[in-house]
Amino acid sequence: MGIVSPGFTGRRRSAEELPPGQYLTHDFPVLSAGPTPQVRTEHWEFTVTTESGAKHKWDWAALMALPSEEVTKDIHCVTRWSKLQTEWQGVSLDTLLADVETGADFALVSSYGGYTTNLPLDDLLDGQAWIAYEYEGEPIHSEHGGPARLLVPHLYFWKSAKWVRGLTLSDTEDFGFWETAGYHEYGDPWKEQRYAGD
Amino acid sequence: MERTAVRRRLSWQVATVAEVRRETATASTIVLDVPDWPGHLAGQHLDVRLTADDGYRASRSYSIASAWTGTSSTIELTVEQVPDGEVSPYLVGVLKPGDPLELRGPVGGWFVWKPEQEGPVQLIGGGSGIVPLRAMLQAHTASTTPVRLLYSVRRPESVIYVDDLKHLASADNVHVSLVYTREAPPGEPRVGRIDAEVIDRLAFKPTDDPTTYVCGPTPFVETVADLLVAAGHNPDRIRTERFGPTGG
Repeated sequence: MGIVSPGFTGRRRSAEELPPGQYLTHDFPVLSAGPTPQVRTEHWEFTVTTESGAKHKWDWAALMALPSEEVTKDIHCVTRWSKLQTEWQGVSLDTLLADVETGADFALVSSYGGYTTNLPLDDLLDGQAWIAYEYEGEPIHSEHGGPARLLVPHLYFWKSAKWVRGLTLSDTEDFGFWETAGYHEYGDPWKEQRYAGD
Repeated sequence: MERTAVRRRLSWQVATVAEVRRETATASTIVLDVPDWPGHLAGQHLDVRLTADDGYRASRSYSIASAWTGTSSTIELTVEQVPDGEVSPYLVGVLKPGDPLELRGPVGGWFVWKPEQEGPVQLIGGGSGIVPLRAMLQAHTASTTPVRLLYSVRRPESVIYVDDLKHLASADNVHVSLVYTREAPPGEPRVGRIDAEVIDRLAFKPTDDPTTYVCGPTPFVETVADLLVAAGHNPDRIRTERFGPTGG
């Protein structure tokens, strides 16, 4: 379908390479569906539950004891802002899942406050995902998901669950919060997979 | 969480502008005729796509300002012009009746109110955050559920839907309160942001167990949601929609 919007000229982008339909922001907008949960690190726990029901748990001290990585990544929100070269520190999911025995294909991520999101387990592995606890050198502010959030920067940012508390691994794909509400089950920004069927 | 039964693909469709109504110095309501509109729930949004004559495109999401009646093919958007924005200045200042406008939707199944929902409804809006709440008020006109709206604006001229709100507030079960943050009209002594005292005086109590919808700029939503939780409201009953500063 090709219509022209009469009188619209638009602002052409700078040379920076963004996924289709995104625009650049230098702020860090906040998007969440409810009040910001205040999660204290002394009560924080991260649990991986496998398809056989086995549970692997880390408290804050255990997370801090793991080797961490500094990563600089572009992030893309489905509400169309992109932010380039954001700096995070966190523990790779490769590290956390190293001793987890699983043949599952999918992960349902859950958060303090009740949020969930789903993605293929493969997208959490091979240096693609972290449990991040610092943003730009500071502890992550609670409204941006602190004390710890998932970081999966190659997918739209709703997959990078704030206030993360666990993963449930499964052979079947169970949809999370926004996916149930009509957003895309995978969410690749470069393919502009915003909504179901895109 | 469960799978949805149908994963309908959202296709772009061409609406025709029926009317552009100025609401405030910076906001306009655009009345659209959308022949194939599938219907929507109050609180949902849609995507608008503009195309320049060389094919360049820009899209943004906007809350739907009107309730779906089930028969009409008309929907309304209310757009606040963002300084330096790319899409909103076009929608507010250039678009005119008869123009085509590409859109797709509706989107979003969380920040919605359905008439069959039980219990009181607390709406709290800041600035153009009133837009999806106005759709909920429209959807509510046939309902007996009590509704309270707390609407924070800078000054009297900033109020969107002035006449509409007066009309809606005339129902016995709808209570509308305005909070002025910079300048109040004559006879209204209080100037200031929503605080714990305002929440306590004008909002439903936690014991009323309302479903609460908060919409506005991020700092507004953060502040109000925190105040509600501090006042004893169940966080699971508070739904938020944040308009980022970069809405464009």
